[in-house]
Formats: sequence, structure tokens, C-alpha cells
Amino acid sequence: MKRHLLSAADLTREDAELVLTTAEEMRSLADRPIKKLPALRGRTVVNLFFEDSTRTRISFEAAAKRLSADVINFSAKGSSLSKGESLKDTALTLEAMGADAVVVRHGASGAPHRLAHSGWVRSSVVNAGDGTHEHPTQALLDAFTMWRHIGESKPGGLEGRRVAIVGDVLHSRVARSNALLLRTLGAEVTLVAPPTLLPVGVETWPVETSYDLDAVIPKADAVMMLRVQRERMNAAFFPTAREYSRRYGLDGRRMATLQDHTIVMHPGPMVRGMEITADVADSARSVIVEQVTNGVAVRMAVLYLLLGGSEPAVGGDE
Amino acid sequence: MCAQPSPARQEASSQPPAGGRTVLDDRDIARALTRISHEILERNRGARDLVLLGIPTRGVPLAARIAERIAAVEGYDVPVGSLDVTMYRDDLRLKPARTLLPTEIPQGGIDGKVVVLVDDVLFSGRTIRAALDALNDVGRPSAVRLAVLVDRGHRELPIRADFVGKNLPTSLVERVKVSVAGPDSPDDADAVTIEDATS
Repeated sequence: MKRHLLSAADLTREDAELVLTTAEEMRSLADRPIKKLPALRGRTVVNLFFEDSTRTRISFEAAAKRLSADVINFSAKGSSLSKGESLKDTALTLEAMGADAVVVRHGASGAPHRLAHSGWVRSSVVNAGDGTHEHPTQALLDAFTMWRHIGESKPGGLEGRRVAIVGDVLHSRVARSNALLLRTLGAEVTLVAPPTLLPVGVETWPVETSYDLDAVIPKADAVMMLRVQRERMNAAFFPTAREYSRRYGLDGRRMATLQDHTIVMHPGPMVRGMEITADVADSARSVIVEQVTNGVAVRMAVLYLLLGGSEPAVGGDE
Repeated sequence: MCAQPSPARQEASSQPPAGGRTVLDDRDIARALTRISHEILERNRGARDLVLLGIPTRGVPLAARIAERIAAVEGYDVPVGSLDVTMYRDDLRLKPARTLLPTEIPQGGIDGKVVVLVDDVLFSGRTIRAALDALNDVGRPSAVRLAVLVDRGHRELPIRADFVGKNLPTSLVERVKVSVAGPDSPDDADAVTIEDATS
């Protein structure tokens, strides 16, 4: 049975498009006076965050609450996790409390997989970012944003669209999930980064790679900038920040070479002046704020499809 | 959407209705909708403050047709929308999560308006109960009325229709299939048929 959402690779094209069409309906809720639906009444969603996060946690919390679920927030700081409790004991606690879904973010790649397949909990597990591995709901909200802007909001709309993902691919779970999901949806993905910031084995990904940003972006329909994750860097990956932003940052001059319909995206948090300049981030092409709005709708769709019925409608196999 | 609690409803969009007994053909349906439109106007004393909300999928084209007829009679375009009740259904937890259908509330909302819910078949009444709950989250109409093409009886809740195209006595083993041509199903022929589900 499909119960979990651990990787963007778990989603078939039908699953992914079902999430996107469902998200479209969820998004229309934002225009109504009462922003609440009864679908998950009486269900409990636990946000289990071992790593700091603002937008993802708030987004999941808002999504679960708009579907009338009960939400328990559990963060590593201020809990027994800081006293040395193991993932297993935390999971058993959650199970004893009767959680229907666990949304987990963890610094270690594979932690959500462990939680889902260890038999410690019976609830659905949703990966909200694990180490440098995956962040499937971010990929879904990015795809949803593209779908609305360059995909005509219909199934198959992203077929053949060109997406450039630029920056610190090595440390980015967003890049991996996006590459997998966009490929599933038929888009062509090009990763642009200095050689030191491309992961080992990137040639096995379903993507093109390039070291030259100026050559790639004039053809792109969407340009996604990634944050340089300094907190995960324990070596020198590029000489200076200034050199990085000159070669791989998106500034006004480069933005002028984009096609008219091309959108600029960023999963956040942004470092203005590093990978993206303020005038680009605040320009009319930028859909960065909309990505956050869409995040709530997409997470509502995922929670609804996993928990709303007697059995989940999307997700990976047991 | 209370014709059958079974997947039979899903098949109903396939056309032409194979087998079964046709109880309403396209001209019967056209006459019934014309009469319903007049009854709505009579009851409401005109088209002012009316909002028609179709329940997806087949209530939506039916609502659009009633609006056309009202416009022809009164020269006034009644706002038409759709109301998806999926998340408000009492059997939501009994089946795999279902695909949501579009909800479109017309500009101007429903507050203080007379909302006419439009559906194809009235059966157990559970869909209409769900629709009333869904309306509650959208606004506060001054009144809610119900128009259905077919009332097949077997109510499980204290709900009745204000405007009925045809009362159709059925047994529980029969299936009532409605097909209506609409924007999403342009090839469907207009027809209401009854099939014996036991065969």
C-alpha cells in the first residue's frame, strides 16, 4: 500500500499530476471567507523537525490546520531530543500518541526512510527534507508554480519545458527532488554549477549539466536559483563569494537575457547579493513569494491525498 | 451526486447509454429543464438575487442550461457556479482519497442570495447534506433551494427537492444513469436510463 511520501521518485506522472490538480482546488480556498475544509477532522499530524526551518514547518502547519487536522509541533530544541533521545524512542512516543502522519525533517539523509520502514510507527511519513537527499514537497510546489505560469495549469503542460537549476546542487535536496519530479512531468532540466558544486554521480541523473550560466538561461522557461549552503560546507568550493556571484549569480544584466515569459524561482531562504541580486528577487519575473503561497496548497493536497480517504491515493509503496 | 454510492456513477459519462431502459430522452430533459426554470422564477418572483450552483459533475451543465433558459425568459444573466462536496461527504473515510472537483463561486458570492443547488439525481440525500455543509463554509445565503432532474426516492435523510424534473420510482437494485452534454463531455447524448444492477 502507498502510505508515504519519501522521495520525488516515488511519484508516477499520474500521481504528480493528481497532486497538482488537487493543489489547484486547494489554492482556490485562499479566496474564500472561511479558509477551512473538514477533510482531516480528527486526524493528527505531527511536525517532527530535527533541523531549523521556518517556511516548511509553518507551511505544513497551515496546510494541516486548513484541513482541520490536529497539529503537534515537535522540534529538536526544547525537547528530549536535545537530551540525547534516539530517533526510535521519539518515534515510539509519537506512535503512542496516535499520530496519523509524521512530517519529518532531519539533518541525516535517509532518516524519513528509516522512520517509515522500521516498523516503529504505523503513520504515514512525509519527508520535509532529509540532509542533502530529498525534499519532495518543495519539488511539488516548484512544479505547481511552473505549471501555473508556464504550463497552462493542465496535465502535460510542463512537457518539453526547459528548467535551469543554478547554484549549490551538491548540498541541495531541492535540486535532486526537482530534477526527478520535473523529469517525471516531462520537463528538461539543466543543472548549472561550478564543477565543485555538482554531486558525484550527477551523470546518472536524468538531467543535462553545464558550467556556463550565460549559455543556458536565454533558452530556459524557468530559472531556479539555489542558496549556497555555507553551513554544510567544510571545504573551499569556490575562491570567493564575489567570484561565485559574478559567475553564477542572477543579476539584472543576466535577467535581461531571459525570454519574456521566463520566471525566476528560489526555494528560500535567499541570500541577496550572493546567488540573486535584490532587483531580480523583487522584479516582476520573480515568483518567489508565490512559491510560499503555493507551498500551503501543495502540502494540503499531499496531506489530503495521503490521509483523506481510507487509503492514500499517491505516494511510494510500502 | 447521490444516484448510487457505487462506481456506477463513473460509468455514466460513457455514451451512448448501452443497455437499460431510457426513461427520459433529450427532448424530455429539455422540457423538464424549461419547466424547472419557470418554477424557479415563479417561486423567486423573478431572477433577482438568484445564484445557481451545480454539483459536479453533471449538476454543472444542468445549472448552465437552467441559467440559459432564465436568461431567455427574463433577459437577466443569473450567476452560475459549481460546488464540490467531496470533502464534506460522510463516506470520505470509507474509500481511497478522491479527486477533488472544481468549486467556482460566482463573483459577488452567495451572502444574502437565494442559492439553487442543481444536481442530476436525488437518491439518499447524503450529497445534498454535504452540499449544505459546504455552503456553510462559503457564505450565508438568504435561502437554499434544490433542483434535481430525477428524484428516484429511497431517502436516508430528511431532505426533499423544491424543483423536480421527474419523479422516478425505482428499486434499490436498479441504477439510474444520467448523461448530459457539457463542456467536459461534449459527446454525451442527453438521456436518463435505468439499468438493473443485478443482471
